[in-house]
Amino acid sequence: MDWGWIGRNLDLIGGRVLEHVALTAPPIVIGLVLSIPLGYWASRSRVARSILLVLGNIVYTIPAIALLVLVPVLLGGAILDPVNLVIALTLYALALMVRSAADAFAAVPHDVVSSATSIGYSAWQRFFAVELPLAGPVLLAGIRVVSVSTVSLASVGALTGIENLGSFFIDAFQRQFLTEALVGIVAVLVVAAVFDVVLQLLGRLLMPWNRRNRRAAENPALLRTPPIGGVA
Amino acid sequence: MIEFRSVSKTYQDGTAAVEDFSLEIPARRITVLVGSSGSGKTTVMRMINRMVDPTSGTVEIDGVDVATREPVQLRRGIGYIMQNSGLLPHRSVLDNITTVPRLTGVSKADARRRAFELMEVVGLERSLADRYPSQLSGGQQQRVGVARGLAVDPNILLMDEPFSAVDPIVRDELQQEVLRIQAELAKTIVFVSHDIDEAFLLGDQVVVLERGGHIVQQGTPTEILANPATDFVATFIGAERGKRRLVVSDSTPAIGDDRVLVDGGGYPVGIIAAPGGRLEAGNPNPKSRSVSNKTDQAGDA
Repeated sequence: MDWGWIGRNLDLIGGRVLEHVALTAPPIVIGLVLSIPLGYWASRSRVARSILLVLGNIVYTIPAIALLVLVPVLLGGAILDPVNLVIALTLYALALMVRSAADAFAAVPHDVVSSATSIGYSAWQRFFAVELPLAGPVLLAGIRVVSVSTVSLASVGALTGIENLGSFFIDAFQRQFLTEALVGIVAVLVVAAVFDVVLQLLGRLLMPWNRRNRRAAENPALLRTPPIGGVA
Repeated sequence: MIEFRSVSKTYQDGTAAVEDFSLEIPARRITVLVGSSGSGKTTVMRMINRMVDPTSGTVEIDGVDVATREPVQLRRGIGYIMQNSGLLPHRSVLDNITTVPRLTGVSKADARRRAFELMEVVGLERSLADRYPSQLSGGQQQRVGVARGLAVDPNILLMDEPFSAVDPIVRDELQQEVLRIQAELAKTIVFVSHDIDEAFLLGDQVVVLERGGHIVQQGTPTEILANPATDFVATFIGAERGKRRLVVSDSTPAIGDDRVLVDGGGYPVGIIAAPGGRLEAGNPNPKSRSVSNKTDQAGDA
């Protein structure tokens, strides 16, 4: 181990962390956004659900290296362009996320949706004000998995010359230099952990009812209120 | 007034939920559709706000065929209160009550002011305004549901077995609350129930339905009780089992001037005042049926 190497290469480490973030944040966000309409569609039609889930499984089965070569060939871009990695990671994110999104929308209580319709929500209003927020907790659980998987998967991009934290593994392997490999692993873990914390905080911010409901379920005292005029 | 004209509903698989159903629902009265499950009572009610569109026949509100109305607009003008309250679990009590007024463009401040008024009307403390539905008891949730139904001040209120999931004591309170609110606001209420006692308590008009939405009997509770049209009605209201035919128990000693009443099966069901051994005559006008000065306002259902 060469602890001094870390101190001497802080700039390099910092730069690769930023590159890693820049490469992984867009696929996570785009994957989530695209999975919402697809997941909603899958939750409403059995045929759509089967097709989308099978497609997702197929995409997820393609080896990462193969996909990284395939994307520029299919889209006609340069093979070393970082965009290839973003596209490939987006496809993986989407492949994983469609299933979560389909389950998330399927889990929205039917009577709440029907009740919203009965009191005069239009289909669009109902989607944005009722179904999407109520699908939120399951969507969040899904995107947390996708986030971790994307952050770790991005390292593979280094093999095709796209600079990120994975580049440390390649260097370490070629130079038989353990310290660099360790730095890469820890940095990937830290990025994944930070992403997860950010997602959880966003979830709490956007879905305040979720926590309070859970708290109420754990603590029945919250349900007890003084009777109003002798009735409760 | 709401009018059903030979309405039928057949689903794609061929099941007839409702067959040739005709009924007049008077304005500013409570009409209870009562029947066992599968009688089509909920389907009939949901045709009023176009949650179900009839296969044939028409439903008219004040002479206007609802099929000509845009469903979303139509629903915003009709209060809807359902079993398990149907509240939005991710919205606070106050937001749930203001949701429909907000959809129709009422300002936030006005909607909130009205919501606080309504919370008072339905007997909810202001301090509950920021709670989420899951933080309320079942009875409180139903009260919020009633407040939400009243929020746009609709002429028509549809109530779909609203109190069937709460415990009997709370149900009793909520039923009394409906009668009190109705005495004040005089809405056209269509109430669906499978509980004949609830129907007799709340209904100005009670409509007993059998499978397929067939009306077996309609009338005031007194009329139905005094003269059940068929064996089905007699069984349904419990007359056959002697549940409705009460006699003074001769074996139980009198409590002061009160005597114990027993039903046909000999089970004690109540107490009757008999000062000096004579039965007293009661006032036959229940609270809910005392809005008579408002009966003939045609065209305002």
